[in-house]
Amino acid sequence: AGGLGARTPGGCLLLGLLALAAASEHEGQGDAGEPHIFQIVTFKWHHVQDPYIIALWILVASLAKIVFHLSHKVTTVIPESALLIFLGLFLGGIVWAADHIASFTLTPTVFFFYLLPPIVLDAGYFMPNRLFFGNLGTILLYAVIGTIWNAATTGLSLYGVYLSGAMGHLDIGLLDFLLFGSLIAAVDPVAVLAVFEEVHVNDVLFIIVFGESLLNDAVTVVLYNVFDAFVAIGADNVTCTDCLKGIVSFFVVSLGGTFIGIVFAFLLSLVTRFTKHVRIIEPGFVFVISYLSYLTSEMLSLSAILAITFCGICCQKYVKANISEQSSTTVRYTMKMLASGAETIIFMFLGISAVNPQIWTWNTAFILLTLVFISVYRVIGVVLQTWVLNHYRMVQLGIIDQVVMSYGGLRGAVAFALVALLDKNKVKEKDLFVSTTIIVVFFTVIFQGLTIKPLVQWLKVKRSEHREPKLNEKLHGRAFDHILSAIEDISGQIGHNYLRDKWINFDRKVLSKVLMRRSAQKSRDQILNVFHQLNLKDAISYVAEGERRGSLAFIRSPSSDNMVNVNFNTSRPMGMEASVSYLLRENASSVCLDMQALEQRRKSIRDREDMTTHHTLHQYLYKPSRHEIIQNEDEKQDKEIFQRTMRKRLESFKSTKLGVKHPKKINKTHKRDRGQKRVRAEHLAQRIQSVQAYNVTKYMEFSEPEENEYEHLHTGTGIDFLANVTKQNFTETSGIDNPAFSDDDGQSVYMRFPPWLSNEDTVVPSQRARVQIPYSPSNFRRLTPLRLSNKSVDSFLLADGPEERPRSFLPESTHM
Amino acid sequence: STGFRLASVPQIHILCISLHFLYKYDLQGIGKLAVNPIGDRIISAFFQDGKSADFRSFIRVLAHFRPVEEDKSKEPGASEPINSRLNKLRFAFQLYDQDKDGKISRAEMMQVLQMMVGIQVTDEQLECMTDRAIQEADEDGDKALSFEEFAKSVEKLNIEQKMSLRVLK
Repeated sequence: AGGLGARTPGGCLLLGLLALAAASEHEGQGDAGEPHIFQIVTFKWHHVQDPYIIALWILVASLAKIVFHLSHKVTTVIPESALLIFLGLFLGGIVWAADHIASFTLTPTVFFFYLLPPIVLDAGYFMPNRLFFGNLGTILLYAVIGTIWNAATTGLSLYGVYLSGAMGHLDIGLLDFLLFGSLIAAVDPVAVLAVFEEVHVNDVLFIIVFGESLLNDAVTVVLYNVFDAFVAIGADNVTCTDCLKGIVSFFVVSLGGTFIGIVFAFLLSLVTRFTKHVRIIEPGFVFVISYLSYLTSEMLSLSAILAITFCGICCQKYVKANISEQSSTTVRYTMKMLASGAETIIFMFLGISAVNPQIWTWNTAFILLTLVFISVYRVIGVVLQTWVLNHYRMVQLGIIDQVVMSYGGLRGAVAFALVALLDKNKVKEKDLFVSTTIIVVFFTVIFQGLTIKPLVQWLKVKRSEHREPKLNEKLHGRAFDHILSAIEDISGQIGHNYLRDKWINFDRKVLSKVLMRRSAQKSRDQILNVFHQLNLKDAISYVAEGERRGSLAFIRSPSSDNMVNVNFNTSRPMGMEASVSYLLRENASSVCLDMQALEQRRKSIRDREDMTTHHTLHQYLYKPSRHEIIQNEDEKQDKEIFQRTMRKRLESFKSTKLGVKHPKKINKTHKRDRGQKRVRAEHLAQRIQSVQAYNVTKYMEFSEPEENEYEHLHTGTGIDFLANVTKQNFTETSGIDNPAFSDDDGQSVYMRFPPWLSNEDTVVPSQRARVQIPYSPSNFRRLTPLRLSNKSVDSFLLADGPEERPRSFLPESTHM
Repeated sequence: STGFRLASVPQIHILCISLHFLYKYDLQGIGKLAVNPIGDRIISAFFQDGKSADFRSFIRVLAHFRPVEEDKSKEPGASEPINSRLNKLRFAFQLYDQDKDGKISRAEMMQVLQMMVGIQVTDEQLECMTDRAIQEADEDGDKALSFEEFAKSVEKLNIEQKMSLRVLK
């Protein structure tokens, strides 16, 4: 030992540490007697006890998951949550047998502060917003009215049975029953997630049940607190004002919780906007700020689950746009890991906590009747509410849906934690409640969890199929949204789309500018994104294919249709090579070939001059290319679409009037030279004269205010020809750069020129044209009232409506 | 034949009450439609033959957007109700297929894509996207989408919800 110490400075350090450890040990065990010799290694259990046990439990839970999945058959039949409960029971039994004390239970503190937030955050962050907000009315109805109904009926019925004496002698009052009813009534998000994720029912059904389980937290919190307070006050002292206060507190709790969630979501999005230089810790912000929203809400006795749920829901879009792809991946996987881990631990501890004979009180009638009542009243509640809802819903909820919804009303750990929180002194029969809750939770999770899969199959419920996003679906889906918007406008109705459009409007103009990075704001076209993602996937599969074949040489031969030899439609060859490409393919949606390389490539491509160097791959892969930044791009797009539309109408009107159809060129402008076509000014000018007044008027009026924004005309696409023609004062940039003639409506036959040919010449309108444009203000009235923007697509998730027209058009357009 | 309940028809009748015929410029006057990327096509859909539409044909088009009813008894011989999923898809298909040849050609697809994507999409991207869109759905290799291929490519979409207007029940 002496030689060791003398040899190296590391050895000195080691000895020093040991000396320190021995010294502290020495101090700690002062009373236990003094060791007479110097101990090299000491066993300091108490030193590490707490963290060690926690880590050990987590390890056990995770190992259990591995063991369960060894047997594929078992996991398909029995839901994992049930298996974990059994494991917990088993372990609890061991601990009990060894120690005769129940040393581990699921304490409410641990549950509410550490285990529940990750799960709820995960749910909120990955919530399909469009689906959620589309069914929000339904969800709210079930969450609020349904839970109140369940709580009231269960509590009152139990009270009634108690009064009839079937339960024997218990030290309970009406308020206790109502309190119990309120905590047993709520559908539990953890259990619903755990069971439903193995069942895969269709999206709408899932979102309704799951949304209900999340949003009923407000009701549960309020009811629980109210009745808890009432029990404390005493049944005789409850007054009317207290009841009223209870009702008011519901609104305060729910709306306050939501508000806090939204505020923190705003903060989070704002913060991630500026994290460009601290990419490594970006994911940390997401977790910390969301957790703070939970704690803040808890501190103010508002609904914490609602807060963190809405924090996740609201921040999704901006955070995902702002943070880098690697951070996004990190956030995704960390969240999933935390949520899954928490869920595992919860169920295991549910099992362990059950093994606690001290709390076991058995009252047959109570327990049995509770089970019966919650099932029956849930069914009744669901049926009644669905009947009411079907009058208002577009897609009806059928009998099968109702069966699944009733059956899927699982109770879980939240109820258990709430019941464990009860004060034994105020609620005398706490043990009975705890036992009953445990049994109810076990019953729903195990029995209903086990049987729901066969039930779903037997009833032939519409299942959800996980599918990769297809460009077609996105494209046509978007088209349908536009169609519906248009029909809504025509029939003058305010539908879902109108509200959604209003939100997208607001989001586009205000929120995105504040909360999203400039670079992110520009790349928001959804269809393009889907296309991009698909291309990335193809790239990965293409490389995998190449590896499989031994070389990438096959790409060199240009196939007839200029495509890579990878079939988009068929599923990728599932060879089980453990190659890197295979792993990457598995995670195709989140990981790219080499993230850094890809990002570098994208950045470099932003300079358009580099395009040519990537020409080879360019044939096969989409690459995002960036135009010059246009100042008010959004508004530009609106105007551009509007002008395009007007132009088309003009053209079609002109052509029908003149009986002449001319080949039109789609005009897209780029810095690069692609080909030039000259538009004959005189020809056009002639036709302008013969145009009906109002078309031109409409046209001009809306194009006038744009003159100030035509600074980068050479990069904008589809600039309006007529606008330039009729304006007396053009912009500084040498007049009109790209008179655009985009006629792609109904005249495809005449489209002789490929759309990518650009016209970079300026068109000089003849004097005659300028002067003789007729103008009649009377037709202007046709255009009022003008509503704000239009577009389809969804509020959060898909928000990208490129077209909208600022209101400012209207007042400005009266001058000619 | 359109399936509208008698009671709801008057609501829409009011829309056309002042005109015996609906003209194109009436619809074009709706400001929001002007900024709808496929607004013009939709307007044209109302006017199948020429520039005016009477009440009947207007209603016929609107009837496509009634919510789908599931509890209708299926008589095997009866023709499909106008608001069935298939007919909704047919309506949408017509919007794409401008030359009415029963297929969406590459050029038509490109037009639609161009109308719907933002202006920052370059033309080569547009081309790639068009090719991809066609290739995804095209089964018989003719580089064009027939109605069946089109319907198949969107079979997973919730058409019943996406193309229904609640008030038209």
